[in-house]
Amino acid sequence: MKKMTKLAAGIAVTMAIAAPTVAQDLHFPMLNYRTGPFAPNGIPFADGYQDYLTLINERDGGIGGVPIRMSECETAYNTERGVECYQSIRGDDPLVLQPLSTGITYQLIPRATEDGIPIHSMGYGRTSAINGEVFNWVFNYPANYWDGASVIINFLLDENDGSLEDKKIVLLYHNSAYGREPIPTLTRLSEDLGYELIEIGVDSPGQEQRNQWLQIRRERPDYVIMWGWGVMNPTAIQEAANIRFPMENFIGVWWSGSEQDVGPAGEGAHGYRSLAMHGTGRDYPIYDDIEEYVVEPGLEAGAGDQIGTVLYSRGLYAAMLAVEAARTAQEIHGVDEINAEQMRDGMANLVITEERMAELGLPEFGPAFEVSCENHGGSGEAMIQEWDANSGTWNLITDWIEPDRDMIMEMATEDSMSYAEENDITPGCME
Amino acid sequence: MLYREAGDFKTSYAADNQTFPIRFDRYGYYLVLAFAFLVMPMVISDYWANSIVIPFLIYAIAALGLNILIGYCGQLSLGTGAFMAVGAYACYKLMVAMPGLNIVFVVVLAGLVTAAVGTLFGLPSLRIKGFYLAVATLAAQFFLIWLFTRTPWFFNYSSTGMISAPTRTLFGYPVTGPSASAVSVYLVCLSFLVVMAWLARNLTRGTIGRKWMAIRDMDIAAEIIGVNPMRAKLSAFAVSSFLIGVSGALFFAVYLGAAEAGEAFGIDKSFLVLFMVIVGGLGSILGAFLGAAFLIVGPVLLKMLLVNQFDWSSDLAAHLEVMIIGALILAFLIIEPHGLAALWRTIKEKLRLWPFPH
Amino acid sequence: MPDTLLFAMEAALNGLTAGIMYALVALGFVLIFKASGIFNFSQGVMALFAALTLVGFQQGQVPFAHLINAIFGTRVHHFGWNLPTLLAIPATVGVMVVFAWAVERFVLRHLVNQKPIILFMATIGLAYFLEGLGDLMWGAEVKRLDVGIPQGMSGAVDDLTFGLFGYGFYMDTLDLYAMVIAALLVAVLVLFSQYTKEGRALRAVADDHQAALSVGISLRFIWVLTWSIAGIVALVAGIMWGAKSGVQFSLSLIALKALPVLILGGFTSIPGAIVGGLIIGVGEKLFDFFMQPIVGGATENWFAYMLALVFLLFRPQGLFGEKIIERV
Repeated sequence: MKKMTKLAAGIAVTMAIAAPTVAQDLHFPMLNYRTGPFAPNGIPFADGYQDYLTLINERDGGIGGVPIRMSECETAYNTERGVECYQSIRGDDPLVLQPLSTGITYQLIPRATEDGIPIHSMGYGRTSAINGEVFNWVFNYPANYWDGASVIINFLLDENDGSLEDKKIVLLYHNSAYGREPIPTLTRLSEDLGYELIEIGVDSPGQEQRNQWLQIRRERPDYVIMWGWGVMNPTAIQEAANIRFPMENFIGVWWSGSEQDVGPAGEGAHGYRSLAMHGTGRDYPIYDDIEEYVVEPGLEAGAGDQIGTVLYSRGLYAAMLAVEAARTAQEIHGVDEINAEQMRDGMANLVITEERMAELGLPEFGPAFEVSCENHGGSGEAMIQEWDANSGTWNLITDWIEPDRDMIMEMATEDSMSYAEENDITPGCME
Repeated sequence: MLYREAGDFKTSYAADNQTFPIRFDRYGYYLVLAFAFLVMPMVISDYWANSIVIPFLIYAIAALGLNILIGYCGQLSLGTGAFMAVGAYACYKLMVAMPGLNIVFVVVLAGLVTAAVGTLFGLPSLRIKGFYLAVATLAAQFFLIWLFTRTPWFFNYSSTGMISAPTRTLFGYPVTGPSASAVSVYLVCLSFLVVMAWLARNLTRGTIGRKWMAIRDMDIAAEIIGVNPMRAKLSAFAVSSFLIGVSGALFFAVYLGAAEAGEAFGIDKSFLVLFMVIVGGLGSILGAFLGAAFLIVGPVLLKMLLVNQFDWSSDLAAHLEVMIIGALILAFLIIEPHGLAALWRTIKEKLRLWPFPH
Repeated sequence: MPDTLLFAMEAALNGLTAGIMYALVALGFVLIFKASGIFNFSQGVMALFAALTLVGFQQGQVPFAHLINAIFGTRVHHFGWNLPTLLAIPATVGVMVVFAWAVERFVLRHLVNQKPIILFMATIGLAYFLEGLGDLMWGAEVKRLDVGIPQGMSGAVDDLTFGLFGYGFYMDTLDLYAMVIAALLVAVLVLFSQYTKEGRALRAVADDHQAALSVGISLRFIWVLTWSIAGIVALVAGIMWGAKSGVQFSLSLIALKALPVLILGGFTSIPGAIVGGLIIGVGEKLFDFFMQPIVGGATENWFAYMLALVFLLFRPQGLFGEKIIERV
């Protein structure tokens, strides 16, 4: 009986929510995680994403005159809650999903494909989704993990005058689907380039890494590459500083290179490097607008203390790409109130040029790239940034570095084809 | 008013001992079953099915399983997450190795595999008791998850270590994979739950269940009156793991579709199911249902209330939600330490006497 | 000396210090279990909460700033002053005492004479509540905790071992401090429980609730006292672990590292927590060191539990636990 009343009450609540919505706006859902073990990383991204969309609404009155409607759903980085969030928004005309977790992305790929909702997993998720002929609805531009691994190796090649022969490289990875992503690329490159790859896994959460670092100290590698997440990052940086590992030889992926990761180690983190798929800091003209239209009227997301940080910039960048894709979709289809399918077309034909970035107030913030049906992964370029503990800023130390795209495409095709086979997908472009 | 027991006589031992001795309850039960099987599939929305009802059904199976172990046999276990993972991985390997095998058999076989593993990890219970045993089962939890993330054979050497369920059909309808409709998944889970609950109920009230309870109440005394503690404890571990394995297999195959051991079956899953059992009521079949409902439906309703109705920002709501769940657990324990099932029993007692309580 | 042996010694030494860090967390569990028979699941969250509060005081954060801003539309974050560590620590201790009082007043008092599993469940509810409260009060960002304990490779150990073996061992200075602090903590606890009136009352309650009550010891006071001490121990653990990797949600998960220590040492023994910590620390580091080439490492999460399990099979009450006497 009790169960029934509960159920009835619940149904009443849902009914109230599912009130008919007239599509007079563009719905950009956000699957955020502001709680749970990864909250420190989730908060700035969510703030950046939301602030950019707020800016577009406040300054331009939306995209092409149609206001943006945002909805936020808390996932706590938990797959089940992510699925629950997806179920609650899928009937509400969402234009593009940003699952913000590799686990949730894997869950949503088949479901969203079935429902016809595009997914943008920027710098995470399934790498082989780069093959748009198999993954029609999934996009991972501008760069993916295999690009990242390749960019790091290309950067190291550059530092070593073109040869990594007989170098020893340690990969310190989070022992999960995410952390294992770079292994195939790095293994393959080690065969081509002749360096020795040592894989050292850290089990989640990764607060205790003494053994791993003792091993690194014994092995005396030339470089350590880190694919870490959450508390594993600051712990690793602290341990590296403790064993006096030269910080300039310690390079993290873009998820291991934010203020949250280097902060706890203080001075010790000085010189730590990481990949950057976009610029960071507040030296971009867009921040004047954010200050004027978002912060001053008090519309900023969250506590408003994350503006300009690395992950905030990433959220901003993701939102910018989403808005640009929506604009492209409006142009292609000649309608202002686009739906998810038209949004997909916009994403599949997205062109980001340096001029456009400058127009948007983000000059040289991200790489220039084009998306096509065959290539959902953009250019794959990334930069390297270095932490300056004295001034507390990340400085870019390289220009855009290209990955070994031919090899990655080849590997991605292989992986995506086996996925297509398992799931009875006939590869092809959507028209 | 509600309960009219006049004229409800029992003439045999069997009738006196049936699951629903009161006629009103019995009819209520048939009505609920009919409603769940016939009406719900018509009216349920996809959102409700996928995000609330199906997880509830699956967790209820797991809670039933754990309740047998903790509530009936008194053996504290924190390895539920890992045993669910065993079910899930067994299910995956069977699905891939034998594509022609009916999904129902796959799930049952996965349960049997889990039962074997569970019995193995139940062996220490012969010597270790109480909280010491609980922490010992954590060894199973961490070891198994480590094994599943480290051994490529379990995830068929896929580069990411994720396992994903291929599409399988039942009577021509897909029940796993992305094309499965919410209603068919709902019906599969519901059928499993009903069968499992029937199994659990009948085991716990028979000889074996009484042996379990004797062990729970005082194992030395039980041994003296002729209950073999080894058999009783290990059978409890086996039955409990079977149910948990079935729920793990369903959780992976029909609900999640893709899973990773460390993330989907971590220690928090063990705790979640334990909370369900304790909040619902130890040693009660109904308790498993109520506990699962409370911990699955509760947070979603709270979220809806705080975010959608009161328009709180989602992070504040999430923090408050955690606090409120914690406070509710405390409040329930203070009001009724024996769980929601005991609360329900009290209400029922009152209803039977109402309107003349004295 | 062969290299492998040297490396193994290094791993074992680091295991000792890691064990001390685990023991710091386990101590809190032991204190509460001894005095009230409660297996306090919220100990890890208490460590997180204490560390968050300490950082909050140090940096002059406004508690519940986010909530206040959301309700009143204000924009307060900081009071604009920083509290020196020496003042912030007593203030945090004060907060933990208030917390202990609240736990006794609103939870434990209503659950007197319940079964252990019910009390265990109550502490789980408490853990949830405290987790939400901590986030709401101080925000969920990573915070840097600095109480002035030096970190980094210890030069003295490096030089010493280099002189002895020709290979400098790596030890973290922070871990060496943790050893000293743990020793001090245990000494203070032992002195307190042996030589003060309250301490003796505490031990009386641990021995027999009812007998203690009948000689006029206030059970409520003792409970507040134990939870306060456990709160202080949690603060120490929170400081040491927080200094390693920042103060954030994951800090609460250190409880999982303390559980095997706890069962190995026995739930009721303070020396047991220390010895258990050392055995677990050394065991897991050495096992990982030798098994790394064979099974691929990251075995620490489960090996500690397996080790504890093996010990339990021989001594079901833990190494130092009180002998379980069963009567029908």
